[in-house]
Amino acid sequence: MAAKKASPDLLNSSFSFKSLKLKTKQQELLLRVSILGLVYVLAFIARLFSVLRYESMIHEFDPYFNYRTTLFLTEKGFYEFWNWFDSESWYPLGRIIGGTLYPGLMVTAALIYWTLRFLRFFVHIREVCVLTAPFFASNTTLVAYFFGKEIWDTGAGLVAAALIAICPGYISRSVAGSYDNEAVAIFALLLTFYLFVKAVKTGSLSWALGSAFGYFYMVSAWGGYVFIINLVPLYVLVLLITGRYSMRLYVAYNCMYILGMLLAMQIRFVGFQHVQSGEHMAAMGVFLLMQVFYFLDWVKHQLNDTKLFQTFLRITVTSAILVGGIALGVGTASGYISPWTGRFYSLLDPTYAKDHIPIIASVSEHQPTAWSSFMFDYHILLFLFPAGLYFCFKRLSDATIFIVMYGLTSLYFAGVMVRLILVATPAVCLISAIAVSATVKNLTSLLRTKQKVPQTGSTKGVGSSKSSSKVTLDQSQPFHKNGAIALLVGVFYLLSRYAIHCTWVTSEAYSSPSIVLAARGAHGNRIIFDDYREAYYWLRQNTPTDAKVMSWWDYGYQITAMGNRTVIVDNNTWNNTHIATVGRAMSSYEDEAYDIMRSLDVNYVLVVFGGVTGYSSDDINKFLWMVRIGGGVYPVIKEPDYLVNGEFRVDKGASPKMLNCLMYKLCYYRFGELVTEYGKPTGYDRARGVEIGNKDIKLEHLEEAYTTSNWIVRVYRVKPPTNML
Amino acid sequence: MKKNSSVVVDLLLLLLAITVLATPAFSDLVLSKVERRIDVTSQIARVTKTLKVVNSGSESVSEFTLTFPKFLSNNLAYLSVSHSEGKGKAKRSLANLSVKEAHPKGMPDLISFYSVSLPKPLSKGDTLTLEVVAAFTNVLQPFPEKITQRDIHLVMLQESAQYLSPYVVESQSLSIKLPNARIESYTKLENSKVQGSEIKYGPYKNLAQYSYAPIVVHFESKAAFAVAERLVREIEVSHWGNVQVTEHYNLVHRGAQLKGEFSRLEYQDRPNPQGVSAFRHLLARLPPRAHSIYYRDDIGNISTSQMQSDSKKTELLIEPRFPLFGGWKTFFTIGYGLPLSDFLFASEGKRFLDISFGSPMIDLVTEKLIVQVVLPEGSKDISVTTPFAVKQSHEIKYSHLDIAGRPVVVLEKNNVVPDHNQKIQVYYKFSNINLLSEPLMLITGFFVLFIPCIIYTRADFSISKSSAAYLAKLQWDEVLATLQEVQNIIQKCLAAHDKLEASLRDLSRTGDIQTCKAARKSTDSLLKDLSKELRPLLASLQSFPSASQISPKVEELVAKERELQEKLMAKHTTVVEGYEKKSSGRDIENRIASQQQKIIALRQEVDDLLEFIDEI
Repeated sequence: MAAKKASPDLLNSSFSFKSLKLKTKQQELLLRVSILGLVYVLAFIARLFSVLRYESMIHEFDPYFNYRTTLFLTEKGFYEFWNWFDSESWYPLGRIIGGTLYPGLMVTAALIYWTLRFLRFFVHIREVCVLTAPFFASNTTLVAYFFGKEIWDTGAGLVAAALIAICPGYISRSVAGSYDNEAVAIFALLLTFYLFVKAVKTGSLSWALGSAFGYFYMVSAWGGYVFIINLVPLYVLVLLITGRYSMRLYVAYNCMYILGMLLAMQIRFVGFQHVQSGEHMAAMGVFLLMQVFYFLDWVKHQLNDTKLFQTFLRITVTSAILVGGIALGVGTASGYISPWTGRFYSLLDPTYAKDHIPIIASVSEHQPTAWSSFMFDYHILLFLFPAGLYFCFKRLSDATIFIVMYGLTSLYFAGVMVRLILVATPAVCLISAIAVSATVKNLTSLLRTKQKVPQTGSTKGVGSSKSSSKVTLDQSQPFHKNGAIALLVGVFYLLSRYAIHCTWVTSEAYSSPSIVLAARGAHGNRIIFDDYREAYYWLRQNTPTDAKVMSWWDYGYQITAMGNRTVIVDNNTWNNTHIATVGRAMSSYEDEAYDIMRSLDVNYVLVVFGGVTGYSSDDINKFLWMVRIGGGVYPVIKEPDYLVNGEFRVDKGASPKMLNCLMYKLCYYRFGELVTEYGKPTGYDRARGVEIGNKDIKLEHLEEAYTTSNWIVRVYRVKPPTNML
Repeated sequence: MKKNSSVVVDLLLLLLAITVLATPAFSDLVLSKVERRIDVTSQIARVTKTLKVVNSGSESVSEFTLTFPKFLSNNLAYLSVSHSEGKGKAKRSLANLSVKEAHPKGMPDLISFYSVSLPKPLSKGDTLTLEVVAAFTNVLQPFPEKITQRDIHLVMLQESAQYLSPYVVESQSLSIKLPNARIESYTKLENSKVQGSEIKYGPYKNLAQYSYAPIVVHFESKAAFAVAERLVREIEVSHWGNVQVTEHYNLVHRGAQLKGEFSRLEYQDRPNPQGVSAFRHLLARLPPRAHSIYYRDDIGNISTSQMQSDSKKTELLIEPRFPLFGGWKTFFTIGYGLPLSDFLFASEGKRFLDISFGSPMIDLVTEKLIVQVVLPEGSKDISVTTPFAVKQSHEIKYSHLDIAGRPVVVLEKNNVVPDHNQKIQVYYKFSNINLLSEPLMLITGFFVLFIPCIIYTRADFSISKSSAAYLAKLQWDEVLATLQEVQNIIQKCLAAHDKLEASLRDLSRTGDIQTCKAARKSTDSLLKDLSKELRPLLASLQSFPSASQISPKVEELVAKERELQEKLMAKHTTVVEGYEKKSSGRDIENRIASQQQKIIALRQEVDDLLEFIDEI
């Protein structure tokens, strides 16, 4: 009786609600929009840890160059920027900035800046640059939503947006202040892919046009566009092979390729590479193949005779392949088509860089990825990914084939280089989102059907004739239901762990500007080492404006941006010989180095030294790379000279060449008199945990000009030659 | 060295000129007593003089002439003359007297003259005491000019032991206050002696006009020779309650230059650090209740600063990124907010900002000070009063949400010392209505943003109005609208059913058959009306070709609903009859049990169908 009484009551009350309620569709729209809005905001604010912990500042190395060029662009205008010859770097060679950079990022930031100024918000360009990356990350979540909607359904889209908003693999390169090309490039990449998939799905010219423009934006922003121009033809090829050729594909690819290529040629740094470089030939080959396919289709339609068509097919295909092969061969042999670059090779073959290009191998973000960093950056996505692949294969369509290919290829590249985890992140998030969404949807639908059946089952009572058929269902239901609930709880637990992990990683690992170092003091208080800026600002204020500063290339961008002084080499490692010359100077004896420095007009030498604070990524630890790179060009420098039994040491057992080379002297000058740690002898190097081997360092041609308060940066002045009179 | 030698040449020329001066030029005033005190504990030489003037002539005099050697007056930053009356405890200072630079004829260029207009003409035999305060910059010459990090910082002061005056001086004395007792050398004259960190000359009696006795004092100075080559202070008034002050300093250490190495090891050496000639702190004394203080430079925030505040003052101890040695430079910006109510006042229908002119830094010399007072947009009738002469100009500044720009009063002055830290007043008119303009602009902005969204969702943007797809879409919209109506009606029916059930429940509780019957009647008529409404809708739904998939379901729904209706009526009748016959509750229950089952099953089906339609 009680149940009987209660149920109409419930119905009554729910009815009064129903008249107020929106239609289900409107409800869903409202929910979707508000979830997306929240995800959008979340993606932005999750990246603001660095601003809260430190300040609104540009991070790392490359972003300083981008910031400097953006500043130039906003001050001098676009034409000056495009024609900019920078004499402050690569002295005495200089650098043609306009022709050797991807301007997308700077132009984007400048446009945002100008728009804000037009709307009467007089913000500083630095703030714009700092917040560009979070802003574009937020936009990426929107694109991820639409992409997910396109390849699966709206649920998957929402999950994808939420996953990508906080995925550490993406956050690592898009926190506030990380003003780098990747910040906008991932947005452009995903947008291009989404529009292309949409174009293939609809066969609409306008979507293909959109994807061509997306590609143009990508080309203008990042060298990673090569991934698009290889993945898309590969995808088309796979569709052709699997017999999914259609008019839609033909329209989408041709329009995207032709327009995208023409637009990309407008970027000076890219120029004619689309028709001249080996890396772009796959796209052109597939383009030609498409024409052959179309031609064959037409001929088949005209002939109406299978036998005749078979022969024709054989002749055409062989001749097409022959012509293509010969053209490629001739092009390569005559040098019209340039061969693949070292960077491209090192992607295909992880060991290539180690043997041939030390300058690529010396960068930590070019190292092969460790399992731990996959776990760190993807967390649960790592095993949701295969599940998502399963769902994709279960419901194969043009769109899911694309995302599967994108996921698999990018994951391979992510394994080759740590840096490329970033490229794989959107694919991993999308595929994982499919897994999550499909699972949750299946489970909830199980739950929902069961919520009603028991009602009918129980009230139908004993005497009903239909009840016997339902009995089997009824018995399995509690088990099903509980299982589904357990699984759902598990899924939500995993997702919440993921959210916690992402927040933790973002706040602890990825929000450090690396230019300001923070440590915990003995009492748990926060100690800030601001030595880099101290030194750069000293250079900026207290050296002649035309002074040339020699340092290892890592610090080049920062010295020009913050110190405003001319550098010999910087992070744009375009001239290996020049870098090798600096490497040679650093690894020679002082008098030999002095000649090199004189020939380069060097006035100041800057070294980074972590012996006092225990900061390990300093120049001594990078020194072997200087030797290797220097030795790669100048055979005078031999790596074994600096090693003792294949071991790199700085203490008493170090090799004599090591103990007297310029780098050693500059780092440890007067360090032998300093007590760094209580209870240790003087000259105890805390970064390497040894007492140094040469405590009595005399400098002949250089003098200490400035050393920062924690000794992290040391600047030396190169003395003019002594007067012979 | 060059600078020093030129000063020496200047001195020689001065001496020559003084010997040439023979004519007793000015009036018959006599200085009966002159006391001079020179304070060189900071980088600024602050000279205080007490002059007792007696008119020994026959005519009354209304002007008094002050003289300085040219090499000093070139560096004169501040000069004020006041006169005091009375003696001993009753002595009180009166208002400042106006001082003008004078160029009397026939006088050598090496002496500068300043004429002071006396408060009232000094008649014969009268006496008057004048207090002169003068501050000189750049007169402490570092010597040697270049030192290493280990050396101490020595500076040199050149002055005259005797007071240079166009009048006869009867008695005079000079005392020089040094920062510490470490004196390298000083010119020894008669009556000169050292007392701790003070050097005393005199008293000297009955000196002729233009007496001059050059002295040189060479001593150690630990003071910070901090000079702002250029200081821009921007004071922005916001009528929302804040005065934002932003100060950009181009700072340089003007002491002896550092030569050779800078050794961090020696600089940080614990028991005896080397490098005393450098300074690492600057103290800024900000107004009380200063808030939101920041300290940064071109490349970011500088984290080394400390703040102490109480109700009287806010002290900010700032440390540049690196210690400043002689000749080293730095640039930084500090900014702070001040409560508007402490600085903005109203008088005679105008508002005026009353704020100090100079830098809040202690003992800072500013070579070029630019004060920009940014007034709110729409301010009118701007005028400035300053206690001393400054160069004035006007500018326009654009800030957030400005259309016409904010008027800026620019005040410029060279060679500013802390004595110039006096209040200036900026008067202007401003109407409070203008305060609303910015919020209104923001509101308008958002409104403009949403209008396209509204238009987009309401308007029809299809290009071809006759295409099949477009027509199909229109038709589908109609189908959906009809479906919505059908749903509404069904919902109403279901509500009526619920009412019926409720009446049954009431019956079982109260046993009031009449009300139950009445309820039945009203429900009946309502349901009839509803089914009437339903009929045309169903017909129109069937006419749509695109609804061919849906209409069977809808028909099924309507049929089921009708069945449900009938069953319910039957049940109702049974129950009411049962009550009329006064059968037992259990009896009635048994009778309607099968009906009840069917009703629930039907209700379930109707709900399912409704849900299905809802999802279309």
